[in-house]
Amino acid sequence: MGTNVLSIITFAPLLGALIILFIPREKEDWIRWWSIAISLVPLGLAFFVYGQVRSAPGQMWFQEAYEWVPAISVYYRLGVDGISAVMLLLTALLSTLSYFYSAFTIKERVKEYYFLFLLLETGMFGVFVSLDLILFYVFWEIGLVPMYLLIGVWGGERRIYAAIKFFLYTLVGSVALLLAILGVYFQTGTFSILEAAAAHPFADNFSLAALAFWGFFLGFAIKVPCFPFHTWLPDAHTEAPTAGSVILAGVLLKLGAYGFIRIVLPFFPQVFRFYAYNLPLIPILAVISMVYGALVCMAQWDLKRLIAYSSVSHMGYVMLGISAAAASLALERGHAALSTSAVMALNGATLQMFTHGIITGGLFFLVGIIYERAHTRDLRAFGGLASKVPYYYGITLVTGFASLGLPGLAGFWSEFFVFRGSFHIIPVFAAIGIVAVVLTAAYILWKVVQQMFLGEFQQSKWDAATHHAPLSDMTWWEKVTMWPLVIVMVLVGVFPSVIVALLNGATSALLLAVSSC
Amino acid sequence: MTARTLISLLPQLILLLTALILLGINLIRGDDKRTHGWLPGVALVGLAGAVVAIVYLWTTTPPAPPHPILGKMLLVDPFALFLQLIAVAATALVIMLSAGYMRSRTADPGEFYALLLIACLAITLVTAATDLLMIYVSLEMLSITSYILTGYFYEDIKSTEAGVKYFLFGATMSAAMLYGMSLFYGIARTTNLVAIAQGLSGPETSLRGLVTPALIFLLAGFGFKIAAVPFHQWAPDAYEGAPTPITAFLSIGPKVAGFAVLLRTLLIALPHFYADWVILLSSISIITMIVGNLLAIFQRDVKRMMAYSSIAHAGYMLIGVACWTQGNPPGPFDGLSGVLIYLLAYLFGNVGTFVVIVALEEATGSCQIEDYAGLVSRSPLLAAAMLIFMLSLAGIPGTGGFMGKLYVFGAAINVRAYALAVAGIITSVIAAFYYLNLLRYAFFQPPEDMSPIPVSAGIKVALTITGLLTLVLGLYAQPFLQLAQRTAHCLNGAPF
Repeated sequence: MGTNVLSIITFAPLLGALIILFIPREKEDWIRWWSIAISLVPLGLAFFVYGQVRSAPGQMWFQEAYEWVPAISVYYRLGVDGISAVMLLLTALLSTLSYFYSAFTIKERVKEYYFLFLLLETGMFGVFVSLDLILFYVFWEIGLVPMYLLIGVWGGERRIYAAIKFFLYTLVGSVALLLAILGVYFQTGTFSILEAAAAHPFADNFSLAALAFWGFFLGFAIKVPCFPFHTWLPDAHTEAPTAGSVILAGVLLKLGAYGFIRIVLPFFPQVFRFYAYNLPLIPILAVISMVYGALVCMAQWDLKRLIAYSSVSHMGYVMLGISAAAASLALERGHAALSTSAVMALNGATLQMFTHGIITGGLFFLVGIIYERAHTRDLRAFGGLASKVPYYYGITLVTGFASLGLPGLAGFWSEFFVFRGSFHIIPVFAAIGIVAVVLTAAYILWKVVQQMFLGEFQQSKWDAATHHAPLSDMTWWEKVTMWPLVIVMVLVGVFPSVIVALLNGATSALLLAVSSC
Repeated sequence: MTARTLISLLPQLILLLTALILLGINLIRGDDKRTHGWLPGVALVGLAGAVVAIVYLWTTTPPAPPHPILGKMLLVDPFALFLQLIAVAATALVIMLSAGYMRSRTADPGEFYALLLIACLAITLVTAATDLLMIYVSLEMLSITSYILTGYFYEDIKSTEAGVKYFLFGATMSAAMLYGMSLFYGIARTTNLVAIAQGLSGPETSLRGLVTPALIFLLAGFGFKIAAVPFHQWAPDAYEGAPTPITAFLSIGPKVAGFAVLLRTLLIALPHFYADWVILLSSISIITMIVGNLLAIFQRDVKRMMAYSSIAHAGYMLIGVACWTQGNPPGPFDGLSGVLIYLLAYLFGNVGTFVVIVALEEATGSCQIEDYAGLVSRSPLLAAAMLIFMLSLAGIPGTGGFMGKLYVFGAAINVRAYALAVAGIITSVIAAFYYLNLLRYAFFQPPEDMSPIPVSAGIKVALTITGLLTLVLGLYAQPFLQLAQRTAHCLNGAPF
């Protein structure tokens, strides 16, 4: 296991996809189990990387650098620090679980389905390990096409509309991103993310720096998605097949947040500080996302759409944490308590990326599980399910509590860190944002727990809404899909340091580099 | 005429000879059906010979700038050879497409292949032309063969109409171009491009004010060839009515010729008027990108959609021309290499799309977008190829089209032409919309007719070549970029 471990992680799924092309179409089980098997390679290696990076998460591990297109100074540069290592783990885990769950639920076009999913996995890994802007961009976009097809072919009723909307929205962001990347290149003379960050592009010209900043911002904010760029998300998440929603919410949204942390904050600390503190546009958008997303959830009767909007709300926490870290640069330098708060806010943001991926991934699996039975997602059709499907009730309860931030479960720590950090730096926004926490508790308890599970189960209501669908509790494969996620929720809830230790080293190093300029 | 001159003209001689052989065969055994089977084969052999000759010339080009030949009419430099290679490759792909298509649609395809080779020969001459007279004559040669090929199905009213429209529009534009050339002759008292530059750089020319109007007339002719707005109106009708393989040819051949003369004229004859023409070309580029992409959205016929798409792509390539910088050593992201790399990506992506269109038309007889419904169930191969080509034309990473777009947008930002870059970026998103629309039918809509679509061997070969090269150009662009950069460098006057 030499230094190419990141390349192996990234391209193992691609290799798996290419091999699928040679498996005969009729051998559907071969394709399913081969995909699951090949996805264990990056999963195992992600744990290996996690173990290695733990010792010094602030530096770049497993760096690779080869010439790729030297004619335009594009290199193949890879590397991971604590943040990317955690993201790799999240991506690998959710991908494997998605393949496993899909093995029992996807019956049509199995070959194409797994081919596209593996391609998507390569794209996601690639973004998290790239240290070259063009390479980053290529991986960023490569994920777009499989997801477009996954939604459009295997999706729900309005899948075509949702697929095209998803593609075009993301493309708008991507092209802005591309312009900004080119702008940075002509300023710094390099596509290397680390070198460009060290060069602080446009440090002497605020207006040009702001232009490039907003280019990156648009690209990443659409992906996150940050209000008002979020409208693609409910459609895409609702119409995607279950595993597609899991990956969309679990990983793809994190790509945007990751871009903010890996590129925007180190490249443009002063511009980010300006729009996070002096003219606090970004905290405003973050807080709107948090509260507005939660309010929409309160009004939703479509279970899947509700979970989708809860992602808008929860990704707002991430944005709040990142803006707080940026805003800290405006305050007195070298203030020890302040820099601790900044690190904490960023730890919260990155931990929220991880926990939201696990929790919302789990919630989308749970939505898929009930939809398989009821063929409806209308909350009004449910009620009193607790007595009928107690196992499902239990798992949903744990996941829902994790989502609303109950202490002892993973969601608590990330929210706690975000607010603990931001209150010290941008107290007004943190105070408004806390409303979202209350609203989250309200919609999880009222909409999900009470509407679905509590009360008397009425057979006639169920039959009318679902056309006499049989109702059974979770099958073994559904349990196998959910248990790893539940274990992670509890583990991180009890020992947050298993993840935070990696994040803390990386965020401290990042903020130290940023504040020294 | 020295031996060196003859060797420099080897590709053209081979093409001419092949065309004559094809005509001869057709004359002697034209009535024999079996002959039609191997006519495309003969044409492909001739084209392969031309490729060998071009590569030979390329590798033996002396390091010093090559001398012009035939009374300074032609200059066979790497720039010419690069574009000749594109033209010959495009013609070869078109011939692979034509074999089945022509056999099923016309009783006498004999002249068809000869005409195609003559059109290709004309393009190879255009790429090397360094004299306004030579430019005019070779462009006319290309135009006339194109008119005939467009109207080749003289019993089909659409094909005839397309040919006549193309001819009328073309004749007008070429008259305008000729007028512009006569103005240049009046100003500089020469038709040679190098001499024009010298004539215009002196202080004694009192007619300098006429240069811009003359250039506008000239651009009418060049713009017609590359299908840039406002000289584009012929394209949709000609594309729709022409035999589909010829549509494929029209989408690339005249563009190569047009960009060759455009670049040569501007960079050799008019470098001192950079400030004038850069504004002109930037405006044309922006309008072309906007008009082409917007109108493409509303098309229901794939060939018409591809016509507007090819107009839009001319706009992107013009970004590269407008971002040429005098004396700037072509490092990363120079406009000129951008044009060349974009042309290359466009060749594979666009001709590849037409391969799919031809395959479908042969099976269904239709070019309507609705008839692409369920392509993925009827022929996974065609659908997958279509996916690659559409993504390339839309400029998604992993494909050649992305490299082309990356390079020209980079060139625009490099010279701080932000308006061009922003217009290009915004219109790319619009473009993605109609390319995706086609993919939507191909992948998401259920087909009305479930019968599988047969794919002939010639089409499979053409698909493999264009598909693989599209991906290679996207994933391993280094050799292509290096070649384009060295070629562009040498057009700027440096040794290869």
